[in-house]
Amino acid sequence: MISDSTRARFAREVAKYPADQKQSAVMACLAIVQQEQGYVSEDSEKVIAEVLEMPVIAVHEVTTFYNMYNQQPVGKYKLNVCTNLPCQLRDGYKALHHLEKKLGIAMGETTPDGLFTLQQCECLGACADSPVMLVNDRTMCSFMSNDKLDQLVDGLRAAEVK
Amino acid sequence: MASAQSILSQFQSTGVETCFHDRHIGPQIYAGLNGSNWGIKDYEARGGYQALRKILAQDGGEGLTQDQVIATVKESGLRGRGGAGFPTGLKWSFMPRQFPGQKYLVCNSDEGEPGTCKDRDILQFNPHIVIEGMIIAAYAMGISVGYNYIHGEIFQTYDRFEEALEEARAAGYLGNNILGSAFSFQLHAAHGFGAYICGEETALLESLEGKKGQPRFKPPFPASFGLYGKPTTINNTETFAAVPWIIRNGGAAYLECGKPNNGGTKIFSVSGDVERPGNYEIPMGTPFAKLLELAGGVRKGRQLKAVIPGGSSSPVLPASVIMECTMDYDSIAKAGSMLGSGAVIVMDDSRNMVESLLRLSYFYSHESCGQCTPCREGTGWMWRVIDRIWHGQGRDGDLELLNSVADNIQGRTICALGDAAAMPVRAMLKHFKPEFQALIEQAKSQKTAHA
Repeated sequence: MISDSTRARFAREVAKYPADQKQSAVMACLAIVQQEQGYVSEDSEKVIAEVLEMPVIAVHEVTTFYNMYNQQPVGKYKLNVCTNLPCQLRDGYKALHHLEKKLGIAMGETTPDGLFTLQQCECLGACADSPVMLVNDRTMCSFMSNDKLDQLVDGLRAAEVK
Repeated sequence: MASAQSILSQFQSTGVETCFHDRHIGPQIYAGLNGSNWGIKDYEARGGYQALRKILAQDGGEGLTQDQVIATVKESGLRGRGGAGFPTGLKWSFMPRQFPGQKYLVCNSDEGEPGTCKDRDILQFNPHIVIEGMIIAAYAMGISVGYNYIHGEIFQTYDRFEEALEEARAAGYLGNNILGSAFSFQLHAAHGFGAYICGEETALLESLEGKKGQPRFKPPFPASFGLYGKPTTINNTETFAAVPWIIRNGGAAYLECGKPNNGGTKIFSVSGDVERPGNYEIPMGTPFAKLLELAGGVRKGRQLKAVIPGGSSSPVLPASVIMECTMDYDSIAKAGSMLGSGAVIVMDDSRNMVESLLRLSYFYSHESCGQCTPCREGTGWMWRVIDRIWHGQGRDGDLELLNSVADNIQGRTICALGDAAAMPVRAMLKHFKPEFQALIEQAKSQKTAHA
């Protein structure tokens, strides 16, 4: 089941495409579900398939093809650090390794408190901002020196405790 | 206590470093931007939507016919800014304008070629220039529906573009009977979600149709079989952004900004070992040395070693070669590389080319869509060989093996990702072979020592 507000967000995306091409909205609907629930569950795929009148497997094909869809639950904050060549030349790995140390996890893992998932990622398209990091798919953080990474992690942790 | 969102907002880029630095030369797309003047009123104050008024005869003039718009764009010498450099006016003339059914216009804002970050700043800080360019293109080709497919990683920019679309609709620039004319055009934004391959135009169309982004065979080309099988024209963000200036000032004036066959200004994203990485909009044909100077020069205390001049897929050029080049399609092609998307990745003399290539080869392996065997198998194979060379496990024959795998990928796949993966490997081996050989020799001598 999905809420009326989610259904309304889906409808807004579907309206962009011809009436017989609802499937075009699948990328956006999956991203909406992920924003609201943290990941794309099999149940969500079923709901989207129903709304867009497409086979469930066709939805699943999309979920599994694109890097940013989470097929499993992740931490409350998913941190994606770019390490592609332009970022490698400007401390991308330094940022990734600093976060590994700071969070006590290796890339690809989630902290035991469920707060952070750390991932290496491919080009974010913000190469001149390196070190650059995408938080929860939608917020780009730029020029992330070790100091700034500390501030970000400490700040998010403190916001949790309140 | 600060909320999570307010904490994250402290780390947002402002555009000062990459875009509002007054280190452009004769900018047309980035001119007069400051980060807060992206909205429609400010755009109009900069002369925005005047080109649209001009073609629709809303400025007191006679207006421009479809043929006149296309002829102006042809005259300008504008070439596709996404990477291929195909003449834009010519591409527009391929659209079968008399086709009786639906036709589509698509903007490729899936900017993911490593090193490239120019379209993000256009869409974030001057979104209406892309909207106006697309409306003009739609008019010229008789198209009534368009989509802008935006890189999923720049979601804030996607949100910004949607806001700009709402403004343009409310002002009557988009929708039915634009500015009281008979011309109607609906424009929507769509987003990717992490797939480099969707920057390839037919993969983008598949994605826009709600499928995984696997490229299609060409022919048929999108002009005859595009989105939903209908005639479709696809251009890059920066290409559309160049159009309003051309219509306002004329094709000849645009061509004069650059050099023959290479009209206008171009935005170069300079990354890597420079003092001031960022986007620089300069006339085509500007010497590379000047661009490097604008970007603050090579990191302090270091010498230039090599430059990848047009995004990660373009062949690397040694310092001595690139320093003699001007930044335009023809000069870079003559030097043995490609201007591509205009992403200039600078490497200084502290860099090992094996390490640099290792990261790129991982990327292509990771992003291969898996459809064609040479690319699916070959990209991973090249990565594993480079990985073992870098980690002191290189063997005799590895370099020949790399060239052979690259040969068997290049030209043998449906799309250009195969070529894009093969070219960097071949160019690195061509120009920096001794670095690879040294690591292999070292590995061999260590083995002997242990024996």
